[in-house]
Amino acid sequence: MPTLTYRDALNQALREEMQRDPDVFLMGEEVGVYQGAYKVSRGLLDEFGPMRVVDTPITELGFAGVGVGAAMVGLRPVIEFMTWNFALLAIDQLVNSAAKMRYMSGGQVGMPAVFRGPGGAALQLGAQHSQAFESYYAHIPGLKVVMPATPADAKGLLKSAIRDDNPVVFIEGEMLYNLKGDVPDGEHLVPLGQAEVKRPGGHATVICHSKTVAVALKAAEQLAGEGIEAEVVDLRTIRPLDTETILASVTKTNRCVVAEEGWPFAGVGAQVVDTIQREAFDALDAPILRVTGADVPMPYNKVLERAAKVDPAKVAAAVKQVLYLE
Amino acid sequence: MATSTRPRPRGGLDQDRGDQYRDWLRQMLLIRRFEEKAGEAYSLGKIGGFCHLYIGQEAVAVGSLAALQPGDYITCSYREHGHALARGMSARAVMAELFGKAPGCSKGKGGSMHLFDASLGFLGGHGIVGGHIPLATGMAFAAKYRNTEQVAVCYFGEAAVNNGAFHEALNMAALWKLPCIYICENNRYGMGTALERASAIYDISERACSYDMANEVVDGQDVLIMHAAMERAVQRARSDKHPTLLEVRTYRFMGHSMSDPIHGHYRTKEEVEDQRKRDPIAVWSQRLVAEGLMEEAAVKALDKEVLQEVNDAYQFADEAPDPEPGELWADVYAEGPVDE
Amino acid sequence: MATNVVMEALSPTMEEGRLVEWKKQEGEAVAVGDVIAEVETDKAVMELVARAGGTLLKQVVTAGATVPVSQLVAVIGEPGEAVSASAAPAPKASATPAPDAQSSQPSPDRNRSESMPPAPAAPQASEPAGRPRAPGPTATPGGNGQPAPSGGRVKASPLAKRMAADRGIDLAGISGSGPEGRVVARDLAQAGARQTAAPGAARAPAPSPALAGVTGPAYTDTPLTQIRKTIAKRLSQSIGPIPTFYLTTEVDMERAWEAREALLESAKGTEGAPKVSFNDLIIKATALALRQHPACNAWWQDDRIRYWNEVHISMAVAIEDGLITPVIRHADRKSLRDISAEARDLAGRARERRLAPEEYTGGTFSISNLGMLDIDEFTAVINPPEAGILAIGRIVPKPVAHDGAVQLRRRMRITMSCDHRVIDGATGARFLQTLTGMLENPLRMVY
Repeated sequence: MPTLTYRDALNQALREEMQRDPDVFLMGEEVGVYQGAYKVSRGLLDEFGPMRVVDTPITELGFAGVGVGAAMVGLRPVIEFMTWNFALLAIDQLVNSAAKMRYMSGGQVGMPAVFRGPGGAALQLGAQHSQAFESYYAHIPGLKVVMPATPADAKGLLKSAIRDDNPVVFIEGEMLYNLKGDVPDGEHLVPLGQAEVKRPGGHATVICHSKTVAVALKAAEQLAGEGIEAEVVDLRTIRPLDTETILASVTKTNRCVVAEEGWPFAGVGAQVVDTIQREAFDALDAPILRVTGADVPMPYNKVLERAAKVDPAKVAAAVKQVLYLE
Repeated sequence: MATSTRPRPRGGLDQDRGDQYRDWLRQMLLIRRFEEKAGEAYSLGKIGGFCHLYIGQEAVAVGSLAALQPGDYITCSYREHGHALARGMSARAVMAELFGKAPGCSKGKGGSMHLFDASLGFLGGHGIVGGHIPLATGMAFAAKYRNTEQVAVCYFGEAAVNNGAFHEALNMAALWKLPCIYICENNRYGMGTALERASAIYDISERACSYDMANEVVDGQDVLIMHAAMERAVQRARSDKHPTLLEVRTYRFMGHSMSDPIHGHYRTKEEVEDQRKRDPIAVWSQRLVAEGLMEEAAVKALDKEVLQEVNDAYQFADEAPDPEPGELWADVYAEGPVDE
Repeated sequence: MATNVVMEALSPTMEEGRLVEWKKQEGEAVAVGDVIAEVETDKAVMELVARAGGTLLKQVVTAGATVPVSQLVAVIGEPGEAVSASAAPAPKASATPAPDAQSSQPSPDRNRSESMPPAPAAPQASEPAGRPRAPGPTATPGGNGQPAPSGGRVKASPLAKRMAADRGIDLAGISGSGPEGRVVARDLAQAGARQTAAPGAARAPAPSPALAGVTGPAYTDTPLTQIRKTIAKRLSQSIGPIPTFYLTTEVDMERAWEAREALLESAKGTEGAPKVSFNDLIIKATALALRQHPACNAWWQDDRIRYWNEVHISMAVAIEDGLITPVIRHADRKSLRDISAEARDLAGRARERRLAPEEYTGGTFSISNLGMLDIDEFTAVINPPEAGILAIGRIVPKPVAHDGAVQLRRRMRITMSCDHRVIDGATGARFLQTLTGMLENPLRMVY
């Protein structure tokens, strides 16, 4: 099986879907001539031409709206935001137009659009460039929110997202683009709405997504050395949430830690915790704990930034806490 | 550079187009009577939420939409009842939607601000000022992408032109040469704020300079002038794939919405009455009569017929059922109803 | 006013420093910028410089000490100024370490009154004798190892509550190791091994004279061998939480029948002599057989097997809304008379729901008898953490081959359910052989 970077897996997915369906086009800042701000769209302009790989001015609201309009009449746009920090400017189009079009029109007008780009923190990018906004979009009925953690999932989920007839918010990660992994060739599709147990274990469940998956796996490795077997569940899709996989795991292990990059208040983890306490109350031997980014704007300083982020030690400590080991 | 108002075609109306001209009158009358009835329904509590009436601006919708083809795309703001009717949606479907009933065009789930009929290319009905303008650009993009002859038309008020979305959407349309027509219905007041108090430039059409876009100022109270200007813009879009900004000067006789005053702090009663003297429907019907294209009696009969249609729509909507409870969960996602 | 001198971060990544040498002594004058001490960081030996002037009033740490960054190392001030004792940060409260589980402990019965002071509030430095621990954790400071006060709300995790309900265990009798005394799953697993503190002491039946003087450890924990681990792992996958298998055998009860008839006959007319039931006999025989087959007298403990040196038989008793298993302790050492009396008493109180927790927990092996309800044979469910249970059917005359002819003899079918992680087929079978031998030849019980 070929080994690809996360970036190249996305590139492959885009290329394959654009080859497969002439209605699919890519639009965003620097996606064409520049080959992509993060090189995700490298080579696509040459292959598909400027009508299908469209460079835009710096106008997030405008081109998000263009994507929405095009999707309303049946094209399948992939709108790239250079980062999801900038996409805040376009949030009106995502929330008030894209998410609601089908409902408001009584089912007449579809919205087969994908909005993608990197989210969350990188290294020392500061407060305005380090934000994890998945919970904003996961909050809106009508949107789907997808966050692959591995190259294989990146390819499989992007292909599925493009083929999905709903508006999909697809959040990647700058820190993930260089990640290498096995990526199946050809028609590799990962269904939306399906979590994956990335590492089985019997003592405690760790639920995570995106960059936090690698962190959790590292924590699990450390814990295994102490005889604690943590089960790591990668959500992959935030909305709709795969409650079945989550509950099966927690019912098995009786204890759970939910880890995420974003801020704690009303974060994705809060929703996961609610689901578990409501549906698996009697399986719990301990309260569910959350490990999140620090509840502060991201500081520039390297040490402070590290302290603000989720790391394996924090996850491992939480796992021990739910096992009443300290 | 703003193009000045084109003069009225000299030498009277084209007698060969009598049917079309009479149809325009009919459409305008329908919109007028419909909106009056809707206002009445709103006061009786049969229409809830917001209700923005188009009374006084009928010539703009009728004249412009008459220049389009069935495959073209239309997006509007929330003051779109008139456009929906002029595009061919039935009074019943629109009234039922205003009443929130199941046979409404949006299944009762959109309401006054979200009328849709995809089969007619009527793509809403949008509530965020300026928010729908980029959508129209996107539809024009799709037409170019598919290499069709379609055009996209976007209606919005003059207050929307100060919004970032307007700027971004027009810039891209001009940059990429898209077949889009932006119709600014300048009724001079954004809710309670006069244009002069909101806009650094009075002549909205001048903003097109920023994008090197073709533009015209149009007398929107004259349906023929409106139609002529639209035909020019449509031609430019279809053949040359160039967008146009039309500043259409019009006037609304009612308040911003049913909840807003007709006059008061923001405009005088005298001004309103003055404007009413140039009621586009009265102007057009008088012209048809004067040029021998219609009898007085025929006009009255037409009005009666339209009233009947509107009353029928009212009754239809009133008696129609509410949506099934399950509709609450339907049409959120393409897959089908979500779990409760 | 005195100025505190703290260990400074003398390199970006420094977290603690070793104070190598004091360069200024107590009482010496210090100017701003003077070197007070040499400090070894993670990178190099650096100078700690005074940021205030005055007199070095106190060297808080000695040379050679390693101090975390920001901790107080010295105080500078005016001569004669009082250096407050609280200038130094209070030493971190050390968590009371719990002793590791002892592999040999005196029997809980014996030590209870001596080593168990009534419920103190503070965390105990020594845990109650014989309290084992799940995979090597240390006690959380919050768990004080005391049972919840009677009448107060018992804090227990939802899972623990469910487990307790499933096993008919009263949560009030379990002490919780979770925060603020929360009862959690692992406390249930150990429920039977521990005895509750003083309040329960009086209720336990007084040991009969025969038991006095018997010493030795109550149980031996044996860590899992590879073969046991493998069996456990593979079998758990195929069957469910407890990989169970069943052994059935048919016992010839003629001699037992005759023996019991004779006993009843001889006791007839004697004041207060209890009637010995077959169940009493089976309990006794089972207990004795278990002594000869300790491999069947054990508990599965997840990462080890507890082989009990004592035999406590759990007796399944049907009660109105279910089932409860009162325990006959040391059944191997009690006389048939004592067993009979106890069984009757326990069963009676069981039906009236008047059993104390220590009376229905702590069994090492179970017996369930449905013979009186005309059941020929059945399979019983293992009572975790025990590893085995006998299901006793009715005694019924059957034509069987005996001494070369077909005779009507009283026969009884026993089915043993075994936890394969603890008991293998042959092990169980041999136990059953011994048991059968005892029932078929009652004198073997005292042989």
